[in-house]
Amino acid sequence: MFYGKSNLWYIFFELAKQGLIRENKILKRYSFSSIFTEAFRDNLGWEKAWAKHQPKKEYQIIIVGGGGHGLATAYYLAKNYNITDIAVIEKGWIGGGNTGRNTTIIRSNYLQESSIGIYEKSRFLYETLSQELNYNIMFSPRGVLMLCQTEHELRAMKRTSHANKINGVDTKMVTPDEVKEIVPIINIDGPRFPVLGALWQPRGGTARHDAVAWGYARKCSDYGIDIIEQCEVIGVKKKREKIVGVETTKGHIKAKKVCFVAAGHSSILADLAGFRLPIESVALQALVSEPIKPIIDCVVMANTVHGYLSQSDKGELVIGGGADGYNNYSQRGSFLHIEETVRALVETFPVISRLRQLRQWGGIVDMTGDRSPIISKTPVDGLFINCGWGTGGFKAIPGSGWATAEMIHNENPGKLASPFSIDRFLEGRLIDESAAAAVAH
Amino acid sequence: MLYLFCPTCQRDCDETELSCGGQAHLIRRDHASNDKDFYKYLYERKNDKGIIFERWRHVYGCGKWFHTARCTITNQVFGSYSAKEVQPPKSILANIRRSRVDFKGWVK
Repeated sequence: MFYGKSNLWYIFFELAKQGLIRENKILKRYSFSSIFTEAFRDNLGWEKAWAKHQPKKEYQIIIVGGGGHGLATAYYLAKNYNITDIAVIEKGWIGGGNTGRNTTIIRSNYLQESSIGIYEKSRFLYETLSQELNYNIMFSPRGVLMLCQTEHELRAMKRTSHANKINGVDTKMVTPDEVKEIVPIINIDGPRFPVLGALWQPRGGTARHDAVAWGYARKCSDYGIDIIEQCEVIGVKKKREKIVGVETTKGHIKAKKVCFVAAGHSSILADLAGFRLPIESVALQALVSEPIKPIIDCVVMANTVHGYLSQSDKGELVIGGGADGYNNYSQRGSFLHIEETVRALVETFPVISRLRQLRQWGGIVDMTGDRSPIISKTPVDGLFINCGWGTGGFKAIPGSGWATAEMIHNENPGKLASPFSIDRFLEGRLIDESAAAAVAH
Repeated sequence: MLYLFCPTCQRDCDETELSCGGQAHLIRRDHASNDKDFYKYLYERKNDKGIIFERWRHVYGCGKWFHTARCTITNQVFGSYSAKEVQPPKSILANIRRSRVDFKGWVK
């Protein structure tokens, strides 16, 4: 009823909008008043969240890969170092890779100091990310419970909880009775997989994975960073082992610095640049059940039975499972791994036994030898790489972007990134992170 | 589900009977080699998107190793060959060329 160009309301809000835009861009921000205003004009005034660009001839920095990590890197380069002459190039669409395929879990209960550093930074940044990006990423610190279902696991988790305490990460061990209190639907008695305890991180949780990518993309676009989708890198231009640009499906783009942030496809880019990585790509799967009423209000990870579970806001149970046992780029995953995951979870959560699977999907994860990431310089001057997040990259997006931006700007990894250089494999200082993957991949 | 042919048992076996051993034909240098060689042997991988040659072990069968050629995009299998081979035999390469005209051959 309020729509129509002769309508007084329309004229009023149109004038108000123009006035506001000229003054301080209030309408460009998502806010109560913008929702209120749009509600009166059939939501016709929303702009595209980020601008689509064609590549320019030259940029100071090119980020190859428009997932969470790539966009976060571009964002923190702009925010922390005031560099906006950046292109983020993506072969598909924003957030269409692993950023849109994970189980959205955020936690930082790691064992090693170097891992805790970057994952805790990340979790900390997630807490205020919605406000910072002016985009609701639906961060929900609902708590993450890591079950111990064997004596060995209990001992290992106790060790992790001590390491967390030393490094200031808020976690604690809880007893089986407390587990039952936190998750009433759980079967703690076994017989095959009794719950002996759990590591509880109350500040862990979930976030809307797509929104993280979209929020970063929108803010990057706001800073004047070019986001170029449907643009695949097909070659790397070097001059005397120094990077000078990339060859793409949308033509040649020159750049002083390039950073590969391509997760499962990092090895292919590295191959174009003339070196090999200590990485193997495998398909990792997840699935959701049909939507049901709320039955679980935290994230449960069960390492022994090889699965993890949470409930989305839509009511679907989000279930993450095992990775394939062999290298592939199929983005499907083999059926037997779904069966394995679900079979085991049904023992721990008998209530889900009658649920049907709604969707299943796979993503290509980049696994390193020690299951810890790589944020590093490469043999090519001016070429940086961020990869190897394997099965747990989503939780690290803000921290990884922060550390990678620091490395690209200073041309040297900072405190957060330096333990994760490629050299560690040659030097033998692996980051022995048994907790790196929630389940033993 | 992958079905691979075990050259020792002379029969097809499914994925659940097998265990993948990763990239085939890696070279392990002797004691005189340096750290870089050892790093290459332990960690550095081709990780190709396309045709790969890999090692498999028939764990819930004969327990023996064998080699396989497979496409990592479609999971199409081009046949198995003995673990004793130091490079893919001609018959396997011909098999690959029959369905992939642009296949460039095995690279070390």
